[in-house]
Formats: sequence, C-alpha cells, structure tokens
Amino acid sequence: MNGFDSLSLWVVILGLALGSFGLRFAFIGFMGGREMPAWLMRHLRYTAVAIIPALVAPLVVWPAPTGGETSLPHLAIAALTFAAGAVTRNVLWALACGAGGFLALFALSA
Amino acid sequence: MAITTTKSAFWNGFRDSAPFLLVSGPFGLLFGVLAAEAGLNVAEAFSFSMAVFAGSAQFTALQLLQENTPLLIVLVSALAVNLRVAMYSASLTPYLGDAPLWQRACAAYLTVDQSYALSIVKFESEPELTTGQRLAYFFGTNGLVAPGWMIATVTGALVGAQIPESWGLDFVLPLAFLAMIGPMLRTPAHAVACFVAVAVSLPATLLPYNLGLIVAGLAGMMAGAQAELWLERAAARAATRKESVE
Repeated sequence: MNGFDSLSLWVVILGLALGSFGLRFAFIGFMGGREMPAWLMRHLRYTAVAIIPALVAPLVVWPAPTGGETSLPHLAIAALTFAAGAVTRNVLWALACGAGGFLALFALSA
Repeated sequence: MAITTTKSAFWNGFRDSAPFLLVSGPFGLLFGVLAAEAGLNVAEAFSFSMAVFAGSAQFTALQLLQENTPLLIVLVSALAVNLRVAMYSASLTPYLGDAPLWQRACAAYLTVDQSYALSIVKFESEPELTTGQRLAYFFGTNGLVAPGWMIATVTGALVGAQIPESWGLDFVLPLAFLAMIGPMLRTPAHAVACFVAVAVSLPATLLPYNLGLIVAGLAGMMAGAQAELWLERAAARAATRKESVE
C-alpha cells in the first residue's frame, strides 16, 4: 500500500458515507420547504468549480509519474483535456481526448 | 399526459437515464482501476462505491489518502467537493418533501448529478405529477446508474490489479477531473471561481497537511460569489441606462 493502512481507509469510507448521506439528507429530511440564505447558496454554487481545479492544478504542474518534476508533455495533455471539455461542453469528449493524450504519452515514453 | 401511473413513471426515469451510463460507466471503471493501484482490494473498492456513492468525493479521498493527508482533512476536502449534493437536496425538497421519511432517506442516498439533473427538469416541466409519481421517476433514473456504478467499480478493480505501476496511471486522475471542469464553466463567475482557485492552489501547496486545497477552494468560492454579485449589479446598471436613453 502507498502509505495508508486498512483502518484509515475504513475510517474514510465510513466517514464519507455518513457525511455525504448527511449532506444529501440535510434539506429533504430536516429542512422541509424552508429556504436557504441567499449568501450561502451563492457560495455553494461555486464549491465544485473551485475545489476540483484546486485539487488538480498542483497534480498537473508537479505530476506524480515524473516524481514531481514539471513536464511539458503532461502540461500539454492536461491543457488539451480541459480545452476539449470547455469547447464541447461534454465530459465524454474531454475524457476521450485525455485518454488519447495519455496513450500518446505512454507510447512516447515506452 | 405523458405519465399516468407510478409504475410508468419509474420506467420513464429508467429510460431517460440510459445515456448517463456512458458517463458513470467509464468513471466507475476508472475509480476501480485507481483504487486497485492505490492498494485497495476488490471488496474495499466495492464497499467504497456502495457506501459513499459519490464519484468526485471518492476520487478526491483516494488521491489525498495516497498523499498521507490527515484523515480529518481527507474527509473535509472530499465532502467539500460533494457539497453540491446539499444544493440538490434543497432544490428537490419542494417536490419530494411530502413523501414518508424512509422514502426520503432512500431518495437522499440516490441524490447524484444524473438523478438530480433529470428529475428537476421533469418536475418543473410536469407540475401535475403526484409526489408518488415524482419519487418513482427519481428512483427510475437510478435504476441503471447506481448498479452501473457499482459493477463498473468492481470491473475496474479486477482489471486494475493487473496493471503494472510503470504505466504512470497516477496521471489519469487529474485528467479525469480536468475533463469535468470544462463543462462546469457555465458563466463568467464560474470561470472566475476556477481561475482564483487554481492561482491560490499552487502557492498554497506549501501549507501543511494538504490544507492548501481547502484554502484555495474557499478562495475560489468567495471569488465566484463576488463575481456573481458584481455581474448582477453591472447588468442592472446597463438595464437602467438603456431605459433612460429610451
């Protein structure tokens, strides 16, 4: 294993199971029809679009397969994948472009 | 009227959700493969998908676990990625809030991008549906997607165990996330949130315990919210100016 044990894994699985169920149940279960405050909704709208790029950016700039060394091919494939998604508005096309780029990289490095 | 019985409402949802298998299938496969690469066995990968049933949160947790992040930060970060389901829950409440508690609990477990996106369009466009029919439709949209996600995870985990480390699959995860980001940028405010989060995330990697992710995420959220307010005000100003000219 890459440095985490079985106990940590199960803590995360159970914690996430309870936590994501809690998030999903929060309103439909407890809130009834009450409205959420506007400022909170305004921030919640941008959670995914902020956190996911924040997670990805360091992994792209310092990619794991090169041991954290910035690499032009990795940057290029990442840019291609993102651009495909932004232009086509379709996750599948973006994923296909990413997969194609990854295979090209694999062929180049082999 | 398109829907007459609860049963037909279920099958309606079932049919409408079929194209979404093309999305949840590959992502489930990928999660299985990456979980196997990270050292999870098939039963662990399956339990993960079954218990959590939230793709992006699962990917985030898997990545952070491998970086030896403290468990609390793993949980907070992964749940933050999944905060949007709380919004879905809030927006479904007016339509499903009358159902019995146990049915609402089942609906909560099954609240994912696909079921929400299909159902909210259905509920808004056909206000004559009863709560029972709405729930049946909602459950129907998961009739394929939920089993598909679990089966794909197991398949991926079985395949992933055979893949040698030299393939550099670690880089597939950022690519999968990147593929999701483009289609999310629906408004200029979304683009601002994304840009600020990225700009903060790079220097923030210096913070201990992977806290940088949460800091950058919050910065992006605040930037997005402020951009939205600013754009609304700018639009209102433009409208009043137009009126005064006319």
